[in-house]
Amino acid sequence: MYVTSIEVTTAMKARTFKRHIREGLKNTWRNSWMTLASVGAVTTTLILVGAFLVLLLNINHIAENLEEDVEIKVLVDLTASETETASVGDELERLDNVKSVTFSTREEELERLVSGLGDEGDIFGLQDQENPLNDAYIIKLDDPTETVTMAQEIVTFDYVEDVNYGENFVQNLFDFNAYARNIGLILIVALLFTAIFLISNTIKITIFARRKEIEIMQLVGATKWFIRWPFFVEGMLLGVLGSVIPIGALIGGYYYLDQNMSAVQQFDFITLLPFSPFVWQISGVIILIGVVIGVWGSVMSVRKFLKI
Amino acid sequence: MIKMKDIRKTYPNGVQALNGITIDIDLGEFVYLVGQSGAGKSTFIKIIFGDEKATSGDVQVAGHDVVNMKRKEVPYLRRDIGVVFQDFKLLPTMTVYENVAFALEVVEETPKNIRKRVMEVLDQVGLKNKARFIPDELSGGEQQRVAIARAIANYPKLLIADEPTGNLDPDTSWEIMRILEEINGAGTTVIMATHSKEIVNTIKRRVIAIEGGMIVRDQHRGDYGYES
Repeated sequence: MYVTSIEVTTAMKARTFKRHIREGLKNTWRNSWMTLASVGAVTTTLILVGAFLVLLLNINHIAENLEEDVEIKVLVDLTASETETASVGDELERLDNVKSVTFSTREEELERLVSGLGDEGDIFGLQDQENPLNDAYIIKLDDPTETVTMAQEIVTFDYVEDVNYGENFVQNLFDFNAYARNIGLILIVALLFTAIFLISNTIKITIFARRKEIEIMQLVGATKWFIRWPFFVEGMLLGVLGSVIPIGALIGGYYYLDQNMSAVQQFDFITLLPFSPFVWQISGVIILIGVVIGVWGSVMSVRKFLKI
Repeated sequence: MIKMKDIRKTYPNGVQALNGITIDIDLGEFVYLVGQSGAGKSTFIKIIFGDEKATSGDVQVAGHDVVNMKRKEVPYLRRDIGVVFQDFKLLPTMTVYENVAFALEVVEETPKNIRKRVMEVLDQVGLKNKARFIPDELSGGEQQRVAIARAIANYPKLLIADEPTGNLDPDTSWEIMRILEEINGAGTTVIMATHSKEIVNTIKRRVIAIEGGMIVRDQHRGDYGYES
Protein backbone atom coordinates (compact mmCIF):
# COMPACT_ATOMS: atom_id res chain seq x y z
CA MET A 1 0.00 0.00 0.00
CA TYR A 2 2.69 2.48 0.90
CA VAL A 3 4.82 1.49 -2.06
CA THR A 4 2.49 3.58 -4.21
CA SER A 5 2.76 6.50 -1.84
CA ILE A 6 6.55 6.38 -2.16
CA GLU A 7 6.21 6.63 -5.90
CA VAL A 8 3.80 9.51 -5.65
CA THR A 9 6.15 11.56 -3.52
CA THR A 10 9.19 10.88 -5.70
CA ALA A 11 7.69 13.10 -8.34
CA MET A 12 7.69 16.19 -6.18
CA LYS A 13 4.64 18.38 -6.27
CA ALA A 14 5.20 21.96 -7.40
CA ARG A 15 3.67 23.11 -4.14
CA THR A 16 6.18 21.11 -2.14
CA PHE A 17 9.01 22.41 -4.26
CA LYS A 18 7.90 25.96 -3.55
CA ARG A 19 7.69 25.07 0.10
CA HIS A 20 11.30 23.86 0.13
CA ILE A 21 12.50 27.05 -1.53
CA ARG A 22 10.49 29.20 0.87
CA GLU A 23 11.75 27.20 3.82
CA GLY A 24 15.36 27.39 2.61
CA LEU A 25 15.12 31.17 2.21
CA LYS A 26 13.45 31.52 5.59
CA ASN A 27 16.15 29.47 7.29
CA THR A 28 18.88 31.51 5.65
CA TRP A 29 17.24 34.62 7.04
CA ARG A 30 16.47 33.14 10.46
CA ASN A 31 20.03 31.98 11.03
CA SER A 32 21.43 35.27 9.83
CA TRP A 33 24.62 35.05 11.87
CA MET A 34 25.45 31.64 10.56
CA THR A 35 24.54 32.79 7.09
CA LEU A 36 26.97 35.66 7.48
CA ALA A 37 29.73 33.34 8.67
CA SER A 38 29.19 30.89 5.81
CA VAL A 39 28.95 33.63 3.21
CA GLY A 40 32.13 35.14 4.62
CA ALA A 41 33.94 31.83 4.25
CA VAL A 42 32.67 31.37 0.70
CA THR A 43 33.54 34.96 -0.22
CA THR A 44 37.10 34.73 1.08
CA THR A 45 37.84 31.52 -0.72
CA LEU A 46 36.17 32.54 -3.95
CA ILE A 47 38.17 35.77 -4.05
CA LEU A 48 41.36 33.75 -3.70
CA VAL A 49 40.23 31.12 -6.16
CA GLY A 50 39.13 33.83 -8.60
CA ALA A 51 42.43 35.71 -8.32
CA PHE A 52 44.39 32.51 -8.87
CA LEU A 53 42.23 31.53 -11.81
CA VAL A 54 42.76 34.91 -13.47
CA LEU A 55 46.48 34.75 -12.83
CA LEU A 56 46.84 31.16 -13.94
CA LEU A 57 44.78 31.51 -17.11
CA ASN A 58 46.66 34.65 -18.11
CA ILE A 59 50.05 33.07 -17.48
CA ASN A 60 48.82 30.20 -19.57
CA HIS A 61 47.65 32.57 -22.27
CA ILE A 62 50.95 34.45 -22.37
CA ALA A 63 52.86 31.20 -22.33
CA GLU A 64 50.80 29.90 -25.24
CA ASN A 65 51.46 33.07 -27.20
CA LEU A 66 55.16 32.73 -26.62
CA GLU A 67 55.09 29.07 -27.49
CA GLU A 68 53.22 29.90 -30.68
CA ASP A 69 56.15 32.01 -31.76
CA VAL A 70 58.64 29.22 -31.26
CA GLU A 71 59.84 27.86 -34.58
CA ILE A 72 62.70 25.72 -35.78
CA LYS A 73 64.83 26.98 -38.62
CA VAL A 74 66.44 24.15 -40.52
CA LEU A 75 69.53 25.26 -42.45
CA VAL A 76 70.20 23.25 -45.60
CA ASP A 77 73.79 22.38 -46.56
CA LEU A 78 75.32 25.01 -48.85
CA THR A 79 76.51 22.24 -51.17
CA ALA A 80 73.10 20.56 -51.47
CA SER A 81 71.61 20.38 -54.94
CA GLU A 82 68.09 21.52 -55.71
CA THR A 83 66.70 17.99 -55.51
CA GLU A 84 68.58 17.29 -52.31
CA THR A 85 67.16 20.49 -50.81
CA ALA A 86 63.68 19.41 -51.86
CA SER A 87 64.17 15.98 -50.28
CA VAL A 88 64.88 17.65 -46.91
CA GLY A 89 61.59 19.48 -47.26
CA ASP A 90 59.75 16.20 -48.00
CA GLU A 91 61.35 14.54 -45.02
CA LEU A 92 60.29 17.39 -42.75
CA GLU A 93 56.72 17.24 -44.07
CA ARG A 94 56.57 13.56 -43.19
CA LEU A 95 57.37 14.14 -39.51
CA ASP A 96 54.59 13.85 -36.96
CA ASN A 97 53.78 16.91 -34.90
CA VAL A 98 54.75 19.29 -37.71
CA LYS A 99 52.15 21.98 -38.25
CA SER A 100 53.72 23.85 -41.15
CA VAL A 101 56.83 23.81 -43.27
CA THR A 102 57.82 26.97 -45.09
CA PHE A 103 60.71 27.10 -47.51
CA SER A 104 62.80 30.20 -47.61
CA THR A 105 65.55 30.60 -50.23
CA ARG A 106 68.90 32.05 -49.29
CA GLU A 107 67.93 35.24 -51.13
CA GLU A 108 64.79 35.61 -49.07
CA GLU A 109 66.82 34.90 -45.95
CA LEU A 110 69.22 37.67 -46.86
CA GLU A 111 66.39 40.07 -47.55
CA ARG A 112 64.88 39.29 -44.21
CA LEU A 113 68.18 39.83 -42.49
CA VAL A 114 68.70 43.13 -44.24
CA SER A 115 65.21 44.41 -43.53
CA GLY A 116 65.62 43.23 -39.93
CA LEU A 117 68.66 45.44 -39.63
CA GLY A 118 66.74 48.38 -41.04
CA ASP A 119 68.70 51.30 -42.39
CA GLU A 120 71.96 49.82 -41.20
CA GLY A 121 71.49 46.91 -43.58
CA ASP A 122 71.78 49.21 -46.55
CA ILE A 123 74.89 50.77 -45.11
CA PHE A 124 76.62 47.40 -44.96
CA GLY A 125 75.67 46.88 -48.56
CA LEU A 126 75.09 43.22 -47.92
CA GLN A 127 73.21 42.70 -51.18
CA ASP A 128 76.26 43.56 -53.14
CA GLN A 129 78.44 40.89 -51.57
CA GLU A 130 78.23 37.19 -52.13
CA ASN A 131 75.32 35.73 -50.15
CA PRO A 132 76.75 33.70 -47.24
CA LEU A 133 73.38 32.37 -46.06
CA ASN A 134 71.78 28.93 -46.41
CA ASP A 135 68.47 27.93 -47.86
CA ALA A 136 66.21 27.24 -44.92
CA TYR A 137 63.01 25.52 -43.89
CA ILE A 138 61.02 27.15 -41.13
CA ILE A 139 58.81 24.69 -39.32
CA LYS A 140 56.19 25.13 -36.67
CA LEU A 141 55.08 22.34 -34.42
CA ASP A 142 51.66 21.21 -33.25
CA ASP A 143 53.08 20.72 -29.79
CA PRO A 144 55.77 23.35 -29.26
CA THR A 145 56.96 21.70 -26.04
CA GLU A 146 58.52 19.03 -28.26
CA THR A 147 60.76 21.61 -29.88
CA VAL A 148 64.04 20.46 -28.34
CA THR A 149 63.64 16.76 -29.14
CA MET A 150 62.43 17.54 -32.65
CA ALA A 151 65.36 19.81 -33.31
CA GLN A 152 67.76 17.15 -32.10
CA GLU A 153 66.19 14.67 -34.47
CA ILE A 154 66.18 16.97 -37.47
CA VAL A 155 69.82 17.91 -37.13
CA THR A 156 70.75 14.29 -37.91
CA PHE A 157 69.01 14.40 -41.33
CA ASP A 158 71.12 14.35 -44.50
CA TYR A 159 71.88 17.74 -46.06
CA VAL A 160 70.92 19.52 -42.85
CA GLU A 161 73.71 21.76 -41.75
CA ASP A 162 72.21 23.04 -38.55
CA VAL A 163 69.00 23.90 -36.72
CA ASN A 164 68.24 27.12 -34.90
CA TYR A 165 65.52 27.44 -32.30
CA GLY A 166 66.91 29.63 -29.54
CA GLU A 167 67.86 26.64 -27.40
CA ASN A 168 68.18 28.16 -23.95
CA PHE A 169 65.26 30.49 -24.20
CA VAL A 170 62.88 27.81 -25.39
CA GLN A 171 63.81 25.27 -22.75
CA ASN A 172 63.54 27.83 -19.96
CA LEU A 173 60.23 29.06 -21.26
CA PHE A 174 58.72 25.61 -21.33
CA ASP A 175 60.07 24.72 -17.91
CA PHE A 176 58.67 27.90 -16.45
CA ASN A 177 55.28 27.39 -18.07
CA ALA A 178 55.00 23.85 -16.81
CA TYR A 179 55.89 24.93 -13.27
CA ALA A 180 53.46 27.83 -13.32
CA ARG A 181 50.62 25.63 -14.51
CA ASN A 182 51.19 22.87 -12.00
CA ILE A 183 51.70 25.13 -9.01
CA GLY A 184 48.64 27.17 -9.93
CA LEU A 185 46.56 24.06 -10.27
CA ILE A 186 47.71 22.66 -6.93
CA LEU A 187 46.97 25.98 -5.23
CA ILE A 188 43.45 26.11 -6.67
CA VAL A 189 42.67 22.55 -5.64
CA ALA A 190 44.03 23.21 -2.15
CA LEU A 191 41.91 26.35 -1.89
CA LEU A 192 38.80 24.51 -2.97
CA PHE A 193 39.31 21.89 -0.31
CA THR A 194 39.82 24.54 2.33
CA ALA A 195 36.63 26.22 1.20
CA ILE A 196 34.60 23.04 1.34
CA PHE A 197 35.97 22.30 4.78
CA LEU A 198 35.14 25.80 6.03
CA ILE A 199 31.67 25.78 4.58
CA SER A 200 30.70 22.30 5.67
CA ASN A 201 31.88 23.24 9.15
CA THR A 202 29.81 26.39 9.30
CA ILE A 203 26.78 24.64 7.93
CA LYS A 204 27.37 21.80 10.35
CA ILE A 205 27.06 24.30 13.17
CA THR A 206 23.84 25.72 11.74
CA ILE A 207 22.46 22.24 11.31
CA PHE A 208 23.60 21.18 14.73
CA ALA A 209 21.55 24.06 16.07
CA ARG A 210 18.65 22.66 14.08
CA ARG A 211 18.98 18.99 14.88
CA LYS A 212 15.85 19.25 16.98
CA GLU A 213 13.99 20.48 13.94
CA ILE A 214 15.28 17.53 11.92
CA GLU A 215 14.39 15.12 14.70
CA ILE A 216 10.84 16.44 14.83
CA MET A 217 10.49 16.34 11.06
CA GLN A 218 11.46 12.69 11.16
CA LEU A 219 9.03 12.10 13.99
CA VAL A 220 6.06 13.36 12.03
CA GLY A 221 6.98 11.29 8.99
CA ALA A 222 9.08 13.52 6.75
CA THR A 223 11.06 11.64 4.12
CA LYS A 224 14.80 12.10 3.88
CA TRP A 225 14.54 14.24 0.77
CA PHE A 226 11.82 16.37 2.27
CA ILE A 227 14.22 17.23 5.08
CA ARG A 228 17.20 17.66 2.78
CA TRP A 229 15.71 19.98 0.21
CA PRO A 230 15.52 23.18 2.28
CA PHE A 231 19.15 22.65 3.31
CA PHE A 232 19.98 22.10 -0.32
CA VAL A 233 18.36 25.39 -1.23
CA GLU A 234 20.13 27.07 1.65
CA GLY A 235 23.54 25.77 0.59
CA MET A 236 22.89 26.94 -2.94
CA LEU A 237 21.86 30.37 -1.71
CA LEU A 238 24.97 30.64 0.50
CA GLY A 239 27.09 29.80 -2.53
CA VAL A 240 25.41 32.44 -4.69
CA LEU A 241 25.56 35.10 -1.97
CA GLY A 242 29.21 34.25 -1.35
CA SER A 243 30.09 34.79 -5.00
CA VAL A 244 28.62 38.30 -5.26
CA ILE A 245 31.61 40.18 -3.85
CA PRO A 246 34.24 38.04 -5.62
CA ILE A 247 32.53 38.58 -8.97
CA GLY A 248 32.27 42.32 -8.34
CA ALA A 249 35.95 42.42 -7.41
CA LEU A 250 36.83 40.36 -10.48
CA ILE A 251 34.94 42.57 -12.92
CA GLY A 252 36.25 45.79 -11.39
CA GLY A 253 39.79 44.55 -10.96
CA TYR A 254 40.11 43.02 -14.38
CA TYR A 255 38.63 46.05 -16.06
CA TYR A 256 41.22 48.24 -14.35
CA LEU A 257 44.01 45.83 -15.30
CA ASP A 258 42.81 45.59 -18.88
CA GLN A 259 42.67 49.36 -19.30
CA ASN A 260 46.12 49.92 -17.86
CA MET A 261 47.89 47.03 -19.53
CA SER A 262 46.82 48.07 -23.01
CA ALA A 263 48.20 51.52 -22.24
CA VAL A 264 51.65 50.02 -21.66
CA GLN A 265 52.66 49.43 -25.25
CA GLN A 266 56.27 48.37 -24.87
CA PHE A 267 55.27 44.98 -23.50
CA ASP A 268 53.18 44.02 -26.47
CA PHE A 269 54.19 40.39 -26.13
CA ILE A 270 52.35 40.30 -22.81
CA THR A 271 48.72 40.47 -23.84
CA LEU A 272 46.01 39.68 -21.30
CA LEU A 273 43.00 37.64 -22.21
CA PRO A 274 40.35 40.05 -23.52
CA PHE A 275 37.98 41.43 -20.86
CA SER A 276 34.95 39.97 -22.58
CA PRO A 277 34.18 37.04 -22.62
CA PHE A 278 36.97 36.09 -20.17
CA VAL A 279 35.45 37.94 -17.21
CA TRP A 280 32.00 36.46 -17.82
CA GLN A 281 33.39 32.96 -18.10
CA ILE A 282 35.29 33.33 -14.84
CA SER A 283 32.19 34.81 -13.17
CA GLY A 284 30.25 31.75 -14.27
CA VAL A 285 32.95 29.49 -12.89
CA ILE A 286 32.97 31.36 -9.57
CA ILE A 287 29.18 31.11 -9.15
CA LEU A 288 29.33 27.45 -10.08
CA ILE A 289 32.10 26.73 -7.58
CA GLY A 290 30.21 28.69 -4.92
CA VAL A 291 27.00 26.76 -5.50
CA VAL A 292 28.76 23.42 -5.65
CA ILE A 293 30.66 23.91 -2.39
CA GLY A 294 27.58 25.39 -0.71
CA VAL A 295 25.38 22.46 -1.68
CA TRP A 296 28.10 19.91 -1.04
CA GLY A 297 28.82 21.37 2.39
CA SER A 298 25.17 21.36 3.43
CA VAL A 299 24.43 17.90 2.08
CA MET A 300 27.49 16.49 3.83
CA SER A 301 26.53 17.98 7.17
CA VAL A 302 22.83 17.18 7.01
CA ARG A 303 23.67 13.55 6.31
CA LYS A 304 25.15 13.21 9.75
CA PHE A 305 21.84 14.03 11.39
CA LEU A 306 19.65 11.93 9.14
CA LYS A 307 19.63 8.67 11.00
CA ILE A 308 16.57 7.03 9.53
CA MET B 1 -3.62 -2.60 15.45
CA ILE B 2 -0.41 -3.92 17.01
CA LYS B 3 0.66 -7.55 16.85
CA MET B 4 3.96 -8.41 18.50
CA LYS B 5 5.46 -11.87 18.49
CA ASP B 6 8.46 -12.80 20.58
CA ILE B 7 10.17 -9.45 20.19
CA ARG B 8 13.74 -9.28 21.43
CA LYS B 9 16.02 -6.33 21.40
CA THR B 10 19.69 -6.36 22.27
CA TYR B 11 21.53 -3.06 21.94
CA PRO B 12 24.99 -2.97 20.37
CA ASN B 13 26.48 -2.44 23.85
CA GLY B 14 25.06 -5.80 24.94
CA VAL B 15 22.12 -4.57 26.98
CA GLN B 16 19.12 -6.85 26.51
CA ALA B 17 16.22 -4.43 26.66
CA LEU B 18 13.43 -6.77 25.55
CA ASN B 19 13.45 -10.52 26.11
CA GLY B 20 10.57 -11.94 24.14
CA ILE B 21 7.46 -9.80 24.13
CA THR B 22 4.26 -11.12 22.61
CA ILE B 23 1.16 -8.99 22.69
CA ASP B 24 -1.90 -7.90 20.72
CA ILE B 25 -3.39 -4.46 20.99
CA ASP B 26 -6.66 -3.88 19.16
CA LEU B 27 -7.95 -0.84 17.33
CA GLY B 28 -9.55 1.61 19.74
CA GLU B 29 -7.95 0.30 22.91
CA PHE B 30 -6.49 2.49 25.62
CA VAL B 31 -3.39 0.89 27.13
CA TYR B 32 -1.19 1.98 30.01
CA LEU B 33 2.40 0.85 29.88
CA VAL B 34 3.87 0.67 33.37
CA GLY B 35 7.14 -0.48 34.86
CA GLN B 36 10.21 0.96 36.46
CA SER B 37 12.71 3.06 34.56
CA GLY B 38 14.96 0.81 32.52
CA ALA B 39 12.39 -2.00 32.40
CA GLY B 40 12.08 -1.71 28.61
CA LYS B 41 9.06 0.60 28.17
CA SER B 42 10.92 3.07 26.01
CA THR B 43 12.42 0.38 23.80
CA PHE B 44 8.94 -1.15 23.41
CA ILE B 45 7.60 2.21 22.25
CA LYS B 46 10.58 2.94 20.01
CA ILE B 47 10.13 -0.35 18.21
CA ILE B 48 6.50 0.45 17.51
CA PHE B 49 7.22 3.74 15.78
CA GLY B 50 10.34 2.58 14.01
CA ASP B 51 12.95 4.45 16.04
CA GLU B 52 14.69 1.20 16.98
CA LYS B 53 14.78 -2.06 15.11
CA ALA B 54 13.98 -5.31 16.91
CA THR B 55 16.79 -7.87 16.96
CA SER B 56 14.34 -10.71 16.36
CA GLY B 57 10.63 -11.39 16.32
CA ASP B 58 7.73 -9.99 14.38
CA VAL B 59 5.83 -6.71 14.70
CA GLN B 60 2.85 -5.50 12.71
CA VAL B 61 1.73 -1.93 13.36
CA ALA B 62 -1.25 -0.52 11.49
CA GLY B 63 -0.54 -2.83 8.57
CA HIS B 64 3.20 -2.12 8.43
CA ASP B 65 5.68 -4.94 8.84
CA VAL B 66 7.93 -2.98 11.17
CA VAL B 67 10.74 -5.52 11.62
CA ASN B 68 11.43 -6.08 7.91
CA MET B 69 10.83 -2.47 7.02
CA LYS B 70 13.35 -0.57 4.91
CA ARG B 71 14.56 2.71 6.33
CA LYS B 72 12.93 4.72 3.60
CA GLU B 73 9.56 3.24 4.52
CA VAL B 74 9.76 4.44 8.12
CA PRO B 75 8.34 7.92 7.33
CA TYR B 76 5.17 6.27 6.00
CA LEU B 77 4.79 4.28 9.21
CA ARG B 78 5.20 7.48 11.22
CA ARG B 79 2.39 9.12 9.31
CA ASP B 80 0.02 6.52 10.70
CA ILE B 81 1.24 7.06 14.24
CA GLY B 82 1.09 10.16 16.42
CA VAL B 83 3.77 10.46 19.09
CA VAL B 84 3.78 12.65 22.19
CA PHE B 85 6.75 12.97 24.56
CA GLN B 86 7.39 14.13 28.07
CA ASP B 87 9.45 17.07 26.75
CA PHE B 88 6.83 18.11 24.12
CA LYS B 89 9.39 18.45 21.29
CA LEU B 90 8.01 21.67 19.87
CA LEU B 91 10.06 23.97 17.67
CA PRO B 92 10.74 27.11 19.72
CA THR B 93 11.08 29.43 16.73
CA MET B 94 7.71 28.51 15.28
CA THR B 95 4.28 29.59 16.37
CA VAL B 96 1.76 27.11 17.74
CA TYR B 97 0.03 27.17 14.38
CA GLU B 98 3.26 26.50 12.47
CA ASN B 99 4.24 23.70 14.82
CA VAL B 100 1.03 21.86 14.05
CA ALA B 101 1.00 22.75 10.35
CA PHE B 102 4.47 21.23 10.10
CA ALA B 103 3.10 17.70 10.44
CA LEU B 104 0.71 18.32 7.55
CA GLU B 105 3.25 20.02 5.29
CA VAL B 106 5.38 16.92 5.59
CA VAL B 107 2.64 14.79 4.05
CA GLU B 108 2.17 17.42 1.34
CA GLU B 109 -1.37 18.39 2.26
CA THR B 110 -2.87 21.35 0.35
CA PRO B 111 -2.55 24.76 2.05
CA LYS B 112 -6.33 25.02 2.26
CA ASN B 113 -6.67 21.69 4.03
CA ILE B 114 -3.73 22.52 6.30
CA ARG B 115 -5.38 25.74 7.50
CA LYS B 116 -8.65 23.96 8.10
CA ARG B 117 -7.18 20.96 9.88
CA VAL B 118 -4.77 22.96 12.07
CA MET B 119 -7.59 25.10 13.44
CA GLU B 120 -9.70 21.99 13.91
CA VAL B 121 -7.14 20.16 16.07
CA LEU B 122 -6.20 23.32 17.96
CA ASP B 123 -9.90 23.70 18.75
CA GLN B 124 -9.99 20.09 19.89
CA VAL B 125 -7.24 20.70 22.46
CA GLY B 126 -8.70 24.09 23.41
CA LEU B 127 -5.92 26.30 22.04
CA LYS B 128 -7.61 27.91 19.07
CA ASN B 129 -7.03 31.38 20.50
CA LYS B 130 -3.31 30.77 21.06
CA ALA B 131 -2.42 29.85 17.47
CA ARG B 132 -0.10 32.85 17.05
CA PHE B 133 1.83 32.30 20.28
CA ILE B 134 5.26 30.72 20.38
CA PRO B 135 5.79 27.72 22.70
CA ASP B 136 7.76 29.72 25.30
CA GLU B 137 4.74 31.95 25.88
CA LEU B 138 2.62 28.93 26.88
CA SER B 139 2.41 26.90 30.08
CA GLY B 140 3.71 23.32 30.17
CA GLY B 141 0.22 21.89 29.90
CA GLU B 142 -0.58 24.10 26.93
CA GLN B 143 2.64 23.08 25.22
CA GLN B 144 1.75 19.42 25.68
CA ARG B 145 -1.66 20.14 24.17
CA VAL B 146 0.04 21.64 21.13
CA ALA B 147 2.15 18.48 20.87
CA ILE B 148 -1.01 16.37 21.04
CA ALA B 149 -2.67 18.52 18.39
CA ARG B 150 0.34 17.96 16.15
CA ALA B 151 0.28 14.23 16.84
CA ILE B 152 -3.36 13.82 15.83
CA ALA B 153 -3.36 16.24 12.89
CA ASN B 154 -2.76 13.42 10.42
CA TYR B 155 -5.70 11.34 11.69
CA PRO B 156 -3.39 8.60 13.04
CA LYS B 157 -4.89 5.28 13.99
CA LEU B 158 -2.48 5.05 16.87
CA LEU B 159 -1.34 7.63 19.39
CA ILE B 160 1.72 6.87 21.49
CA ALA B 161 2.32 8.99 24.55
CA ASP B 162 5.62 8.50 26.39
CA GLU B 163 5.04 9.87 29.90
CA PRO B 164 2.98 12.78 28.60
CA THR B 165 2.27 14.07 32.10
CA GLY B 166 5.79 13.52 33.43
CA ASN B 167 6.63 17.22 33.49
CA LEU B 168 3.21 18.50 34.50
CA ASP B 169 1.49 19.28 37.77
CA PRO B 170 -1.53 17.12 38.78
CA ASP B 171 -4.26 19.53 37.66
CA THR B 172 -2.71 19.92 34.24
CA SER B 173 -2.16 16.17 34.04
CA TRP B 174 -5.87 15.51 34.40
CA GLU B 175 -6.56 17.97 31.63
CA ILE B 176 -4.16 16.09 29.34
CA MET B 177 -5.82 12.80 30.33
CA ARG B 178 -9.23 14.19 29.43
CA ILE B 179 -7.96 15.09 25.96
CA LEU B 180 -6.34 11.68 25.48
CA GLU B 181 -9.57 9.98 26.51
CA GLU B 182 -11.49 12.09 24.04
CA ILE B 183 -9.12 11.09 21.27
CA ASN B 184 -9.48 7.46 22.28
CA GLY B 185 -13.24 7.87 22.38
CA ALA B 186 -13.14 8.94 18.72
CA GLY B 187 -11.63 5.56 17.84
CA THR B 188 -7.89 6.14 18.03
CA THR B 189 -5.79 3.52 19.79
CA VAL B 190 -3.81 5.11 22.63
CA ILE B 191 -0.69 3.65 24.24
CA MET B 192 0.54 5.62 27.19
CA ALA B 193 3.68 4.93 29.17
CA THR B 194 3.36 6.42 32.63
CA HIS B 195 4.70 6.48 36.17
CA SER B 196 1.54 8.00 37.59
CA LYS B 197 -0.12 5.61 40.00
CA GLU B 198 -2.97 8.08 40.54
CA ILE B 199 -3.91 8.28 36.88
CA VAL B 200 -3.76 4.53 36.29
CA ASN B 201 -5.76 3.74 39.37
CA THR B 202 -8.38 6.42 38.71
CA ILE B 203 -9.00 6.08 34.99
CA LYS B 204 -9.11 2.28 34.80
CA ARG B 205 -7.90 0.82 31.51
CA ARG B 206 -5.85 -2.07 30.26
CA VAL B 207 -2.48 -2.17 32.02
CA ILE B 208 0.62 -3.81 30.58
CA ALA B 209 3.47 -4.06 33.07
CA ILE B 210 7.00 -4.61 31.81
CA GLU B 211 9.87 -5.78 33.96
CA GLY B 212 13.30 -6.86 32.83
CA GLY B 213 12.23 -6.71 29.20
CA MET B 214 9.27 -9.05 29.66
CA ILE B 215 5.55 -8.60 30.18
CA VAL B 216 4.81 -9.53 33.77
CA ARG B 217 1.17 -8.50 33.81
CA ASP B 218 -1.52 -7.75 31.23
CA GLN B 219 -4.73 -6.82 32.95
CA HIS B 220 -7.94 -5.21 31.76
CA ARG B 221 -9.08 -2.40 34.03
CA GLY B 222 -5.84 -3.01 35.98
CA ASP B 223 -4.02 -1.14 38.75
CA TYR B 224 -0.70 0.61 38.68
CA GLY B 225 0.64 -2.08 41.00
CA TYR B 226 3.81 -0.35 42.12
CA GLU B 227 4.50 1.87 45.05
CA SER B 228 5.26 5.27 43.62
